[in-house]
Amino acid sequence: MTNYLIRRFMGMVVVTFLVLTIAFVLVRLAPGDPAALMLGPDATPQDVMDLRASLGLDQPIFVQYLTFVANAAQGDLGRSLFFDNSVTSVLAARAEPTVFLSLFSLIFALVIATPIGIYAAYRRGSALDQSAVTTAMLAASVPSFLTGLIFQRYLATELGWFPASGYGGPDAGFLDRMWHLVLPSITLGIVNSALILRFTRASMLDILGENYVRTARAKGMSERRVVLRHALKNAGIPIITVVGLTFALLVAGAVVTERVFNLPGLGSLVVNAVLRRDYPVIQGTLIVVAILYVFINLLTDLLYLVIDKRVRY
Amino acid sequence: MADTTLSSGTPETAEPEGTGEPGFFRVLLARRSVQVSLVVFLTIAILCLFASLVAPANPDAMSVRERLQGPSAAHWFGTDAFGRDVLSRLLYAGRSSLSIGLSVAILSSLIGVAIGLTAGFFSRLDWPFSRLIDAMMAFPDILMALSLVAIFGGTLTNVVIALSIVYAPRVARIVRASTMVIREMPYVEAARALGTRTWRIMITHALRNIVSPILVQATFIFAYAMLAEAGLSFLGIGVDPETPTWGIMVNEGRQYLDSAIYLILFPGVAISLSVLTLQIVGDALRDALDPHLAKEA
Repeated sequence: MTNYLIRRFMGMVVVTFLVLTIAFVLVRLAPGDPAALMLGPDATPQDVMDLRASLGLDQPIFVQYLTFVANAAQGDLGRSLFFDNSVTSVLAARAEPTVFLSLFSLIFALVIATPIGIYAAYRRGSALDQSAVTTAMLAASVPSFLTGLIFQRYLATELGWFPASGYGGPDAGFLDRMWHLVLPSITLGIVNSALILRFTRASMLDILGENYVRTARAKGMSERRVVLRHALKNAGIPIITVVGLTFALLVAGAVVTERVFNLPGLGSLVVNAVLRRDYPVIQGTLIVVAILYVFINLLTDLLYLVIDKRVRY
Repeated sequence: MADTTLSSGTPETAEPEGTGEPGFFRVLLARRSVQVSLVVFLTIAILCLFASLVAPANPDAMSVRERLQGPSAAHWFGTDAFGRDVLSRLLYAGRSSLSIGLSVAILSSLIGVAIGLTAGFFSRLDWPFSRLIDAMMAFPDILMALSLVAIFGGTLTNVVIALSIVYAPRVARIVRASTMVIREMPYVEAARALGTRTWRIMITHALRNIVSPILVQATFIFAYAMLAEAGLSFLGIGVDPETPTWGIMVNEGRQYLDSAIYLILFPGVAISLSVLTLQIVGDALRDALDPHLAKEA
């Protein structure tokens, strides 16, 4: 057990290190001198040279790499070329909409997809099962920007049920801001519910075929009790797995959804950073998201240990 | 690039070597949904491939007097803000969207097979390669593609390369796992004992036996790559707008959401239908190629 935890933790450190290396290499491949980009077209060659020296860009690449890793380990991801601020501060300022958007859409997806997935598996082959599977596949095939735009046009602009876009202005209170996230969360939640539904259904089908379920049925236990007491209890692990898996999907979806609904989150930040060639911000977002992904996967693995006493590594 | 679009039907219909399952096509086409999906996907692909023959108008011909007209007998799918025929643009844009999907499926499979076979066969390289795959997979697809396109520029080739780099680790992981099983098989041991070179064993024994999972994965990557490309184009970061894709059409039509929703609906439905049919075919392929599931079916 302790050995497993040490190995798992070391693996995470190595992957994090590789994530930093990939992000470092990517930005070094970008054309143009970061110092010249920061100073703009009016800078003199002397200004550029001075800034290069102060940023350490005149150092050998290996030294730059070590400095970058050492800084990143202390939470310093460099300075934005566009905002006169550190990348960490820029990311922190934009995190709220993205965090709540991801959280709400995950809750929406879990609430919708888990019961349907379980019921579809229980009634395997029925009309409900088939329509659930087909709907899930359809939901996974429609681009989230299309769903978002259709919702925006009909539910927001035409019916006025939800705000059409934005995050409620600079003075908006917390509840007002959250209200602006309802439609985007449903949009993003639909895509994620497709994966969760298929995964829950498949896991539940496996569980319903297990011997202990057959035994429970054989001893005359009611179907309701079999499903709720025996099968459902064991569906915890697959559901945790799928929550870990949806993280990447949520982040990717947030980038597009935030653009549709004009939300000032990390997704919009990274798209604007790409358009402005603000490489440190692109690099910082990549690093933060990838490390979060690695960390969430570690967390789900550890949760297995807590939830299922049979899991021993 | 265009003529490869037609062959997008090949993975679904070609009998893969090494499976040897009798009744492969019977299992593959057992479900009505799969038959319909194949017909729909091939129809879309063929119509887009022969866009120059079937398109009712020149996709770039502008007509200010006819701008933003809804679907009619003259323009079945209406006209856009420049008075261009939406149906014709949809068919030409489909060429790019489908070509990107297919090219990414092929390129990412090639890269993934090379990495996966090497990691699976040479145990010394397994650890570093596997950690590299883990690290690559930690980056969400559209975010990684976005960064790569930002760095290398938004051309069709760069989008294909960026998405292939994003999806290759998925193939690599599957190929690695399958190769590690095959590596221990008696026939590989026998080949080794006979003095067959490693690269020859990798190609003639390992690769032949992992064609099925690669084929299934490639079909899904085809679908995911089309969705990702549409997302990138929608964000205005994908292919140069001079080469229309379905994602670019949605992005352009977005400004007229309240007055001309058909501008986003037609390309949006085209993307969704292609992705949906590909996923259904991918699922059916997996069932047909998996002997365990095939027996159940």
